[in-house]
Amino acid sequence: MAKYLLLKHYRGAPEAVNPVPMDQWTPQEVEDHMQYMADFAARLESNGEWVDGQALSPEGTFVRYDGEGRPPVTDGPFAETKDLIAGWMVIDVDTYERALALAGELSAAPGAGGKPIHEWLELRPFLSAPPTVTE
Amino acid sequence: MDELLLRELAPAVTGVLVRRGADFATAEDAVQEALIQAALTWPDRPPADPKGWLVTVAWRKFLDARRAEVSRRGREQRAEAEPPPGPAQAADDTLQLFFLCAHPSLPPASAVALTLRAVGGLTTRQIAQAYLVPEATMAQRISRAKRTVGDVRFEEPGDLATVQRVLYLAAEAIRLTRQLASMTDDEETAGLLALMLLHHARRPARTRRDGSLVPLAEQDRSRWNTALIAEGVAVLQAALGRDRLGEFQAQAAIAALHADAPRAEETDWVQIVGWYDELLRLTGSPVVQLNRAIAIGEADGPVAGLAALAAVDPGLPRYTAASAYLHEKAGDLRTAARLYADAARSAPNLAERHYLTRQAARISQALRGSGPAAPAGAM
Repeated sequence: MAKYLLLKHYRGAPEAVNPVPMDQWTPQEVEDHMQYMADFAARLESNGEWVDGQALSPEGTFVRYDGEGRPPVTDGPFAETKDLIAGWMVIDVDTYERALALAGELSAAPGAGGKPIHEWLELRPFLSAPPTVTE
Repeated sequence: MDELLLRELAPAVTGVLVRRGADFATAEDAVQEALIQAALTWPDRPPADPKGWLVTVAWRKFLDARRAEVSRRGREQRAEAEPPPGPAQAADDTLQLFFLCAHPSLPPASAVALTLRAVGGLTTRQIAQAYLVPEATMAQRISRAKRTVGDVRFEEPGDLATVQRVLYLAAEAIRLTRQLASMTDDEETAGLLALMLLHHARRPARTRRDGSLVPLAEQDRSRWNTALIAEGVAVLQAALGRDRLGEFQAQAAIAALHADAPRAEETDWVQIVGWYDELLRLTGSPVVQLNRAIAIGEADGPVAGLAALAAVDPGLPRYTAASAYLHEKAGDLRTAARLYADAARSAPNLAERHYLTRQAARISQALRGSGPAAPAGAM
């Protein structure tokens, strides 16, 4: 088994085939999309491939250490940042091909007009722990 | 670089910081720093919302300054004295503590006692009096409860059993408040009891089967508990009759007016606005100000509501959603759709984000003329 991160971008990914933003859909299309996502997660949970999924707020802060005894420095917001993560899903699957297939399914979630969004998702393998060495 | 715009915005931004609790001098300094940053970055990257940008950056500068001040004072004090023994200062983790106190491994009576002690800050003697048991008994119960949860680790704060236990506490809290009200002669305790009863009466209608919240205007009022409402109203009337108004009584009065309306359209919003005026006078709370603006929107129309909203801090949670709601009622669908979409983006949780996205979708659909607009849900 190997873990993969599926990244969904607010910005920074190539444009989807069906890129109409969600607030322009009909209420029924919004419902159908939510249902698709919930069903997808439920199916992965039941077959043991689900690890985690979270959505992120678009607002964030950059923080860094500023030396002994001083409070950390914050900066931002950086409106010009090109890449913005909207959320992620972590899956634990047997093969790379399986990870690709699941990402494809997720990208097929219905959007405007009930048609698949064909959204670009970023698939990143986790670096695994080193193999256990035995004498 | 539009200096005139900056000069115009600066006092408003300072005002927002002060309303959020910043002291005036530090707020002004923070706004000055934000203006300097604006002068450096705006020529290349003008923000879409200049005031919002300034508020965000100034608030951040204020927080930085305050933390710098706290840590400077901390260093000076450390130079004078050895650090005091005991645990490090904790962040505000009341909710975490609440979940811990309601842990399923505890019997309900101990869970309530521990909660009153750890979260409510009551003394063991006060809790013992409320439970009508000797103080030594209660002390034992609390220390046993502490040992039980002492090595509980919190993996899943949303643990369903724990949450159910917390809900169970609502009923326990009412029982205890009832006892407290019968033992003391205090209008505000009576007001609190009335408020709890009136809220609890709506519980059966408040959630859908999938756990999502039903807004007040859409609740099936036949499922409200009329016995609890009648008791709440009676308790409140007795308290109000003594003419010593307080925050809980005013809140209970608003809840009673909602409970009194057989249908959402029959709500007496004019009276509700009157009680919000009292509540604002008593608390000065910006959240009350926001709710009052929505009530004014119902009582005197959306234009009056928007005028009242203009005086509220736009950084407040749910400000944008309230503004969207009032704009839709005022017939400005384009602005309402944009604001609902904005509000959805900054929603603090997924349930709210989904609700607000659906609102934006509903209005956008109406704008495209592919169907009549459904009525907006109440805020």
